Amino acid sequence: MTGRRDAIKFAVFGAAALFAALIPWIGDNYSMRFCTFVCLFVALAYSWNFIGGYAGYPSFATAAFFGLGAYAGAILQNSGMPIGLAWILATLASALFAGCLGAAILRLRGHYFAVGSIVIVELLRLVASTWRSLTNGGMGLNVTILPGGPEHAGMVFLYSMLGLAVIAFVTTVWVDRSRLGFGLRCINQNEDAASMVGIDVTLYKIAAFVLSATFVGAGGAIYASWVAYIDPPDVFNILTTLKVPVMVMLGGAGTLLGPLLGVIAFQAMEELIWANFLEFHSGVLGAIIVVLVFFLPGGLLRLDVRGYFRRRRTATARPVEAAQ
Amino acid sequence: MIDPQILVNGLVLGALYACIAVGFSLVWGVLNVINMLHGSFIVLGAYAAWLAFGSLGVSPFLALPFVAIFLFFVGYAVQRAVINRVVAEPVLITLVLTFGLDMLLYNAMVFGFSATPRRIMVDLGRLNVGDVVFPMDRVAAMALAILLTGLLYWALRGSRIGRAIVAVRMDRDAAALMGIRVPEIYAITFGIGALMAGAAGSLLAVVYPFSPTMSGLFLGKAFVVCVIGGLGSVPGALAGGLLLGIIESFAGVWFGPQQAPMAGFILMLALLLLRPAGLFGRAGYE
Repeated sequence: MTGRRDAIKFAVFGAAALFAALIPWIGDNYSMRFCTFVCLFVALAYSWNFIGGYAGYPSFATAAFFGLGAYAGAILQNSGMPIGLAWILATLASALFAGCLGAAILRLRGHYFAVGSIVIVELLRLVASTWRSLTNGGMGLNVTILPGGPEHAGMVFLYSMLGLAVIAFVTTVWVDRSRLGFGLRCINQNEDAASMVGIDVTLYKIAAFVLSATFVGAGGAIYASWVAYIDPPDVFNILTTLKVPVMVMLGGAGTLLGPLLGVIAFQAMEELIWANFLEFHSGVLGAIIVVLVFFLPGGLLRLDVRGYFRRRRTATARPVEAAQ
Repeated sequence: MIDPQILVNGLVLGALYACIAVGFSLVWGVLNVINMLHGSFIVLGAYAAWLAFGSLGVSPFLALPFVAIFLFFVGYAVQRAVINRVVAEPVLITLVLTFGLDMLLYNAMVFGFSATPRRIMVDLGRLNVGDVVFPMDRVAAMALAILLTGLLYWALRGSRIGRAIVAVRMDRDAAALMGIRVPEIYAITFGIGALMAGAAGSLLAVVYPFSPTMSGLFLGKAFVVCVIGGLGSVPGALAGGLLLGIIESFAGVWFGPQQAPMAGFILMLALLLLRPAGLFGRAGYE
């Protein structure tokens, strides 16, 4: 039974990936740029899904890993390294950073973990703005432009981002079926009980955190080469950190297809907002986030409007979040 | 090597930090909600005081109670209408929701007031004690900040509603069984958080130039002070604010002004790992 349902999910993802791969032939430059962004956010969303969806830890460190990957990739590339090697090393740097950071802050739970992970973004942004000799501070960093003209570069970056999104999806499928995915779901439900039945919760959580940083770091590095100029407020943006969980929740956290659907829906909405409300776009985006939080607590895959009204009536009778 | 002038600067800054953070800390402690709107509430309070000063000529110190009460009703309404419905959800939901509201308010303020920095100029002169200079407008702001924090402490201890807030914070189910209307207390607490933000905003408008883009900065300070002082604790927020102000002042002199905010964040992360209940909080009471 699960085999057939999984096959449908693979088919949906495969069709979306194929469509993205055909964009250079069927779309214009604008749709290529849009599609590259969608692929980037698909990779970010699947990454966040490991820690936020499967393990249930409210991580807001996405922008920290993204900015770290972007700066590491940009600095390495500017020092003359080939672009592919720079991307790989930047990815490893993000993963390593997440491993060390996770060992420290994954002991926190709930609100404390959330605040701790947000502060990492702020802290790295301050480091990037003040470490002039390495990052050029608030002036930002120019990245070597890919030779071969804009047409060629557009294709390279679209396929790189698409490849990253596919790798993130394949890793999700693998984790979903492995012991790791099972352990993370247990941690999500009850961490103490999971530890009691013999799951090495610390190791599993760090693994999920590292996975959640790896593809984000790679995405940051590719992004830096793509836009060819990065500065601290752009890559260490708190909005990135908040948008990715919203996308995943919109599609359904801890599921195989949720992040994909959530990203496509959200990006399409954001593009419409940009087009129609230039002066007030962040306000409208904020309003949409509020509405999403209200009406879609379980995500697009589990649309349940009646449940919302039921939940509201009994809201005060429910116990406070147990894991503090 | 300790320069008394730096210490004084730190204490003035710290009293304002305490005033910024105490409302945020109360909301987090009682409602279990990380209120991302708090920074924008402070900026809104600053603009309200600025408008009163610019159009009516009212001194910001006189306008402060009205600004604070205005913000109370704003906060009360936001909590009643929006946040109360998801208050029992996990942190991910409540944080994202308040962030969405913050984007809305931030954008509205940029739209309405523009991003040009404003400032209320109130010259109260200065007092020299030996080598140490006390700018009187800042000292007045500091005194008011401490007075307001003290008033909140007294209100939580001495008034009926204050006792109800403390009861809900300790055990909301037991409080509900004792006949306390928990959603009402939540709304009042959120209103008090906004009230303190409005008061802090009116005081900050006198001391520093402000613009809507400052809201993230204020929110970051509230995070740090709240973790140093412990959740929902008024004396903790005061002590944490003063400590952060002093640390930032000295870090600014020793390591350069750009590094000063980093010192606060690093201290906060270290404390989160070593003493999550805060320097002044009680373990298991968060």
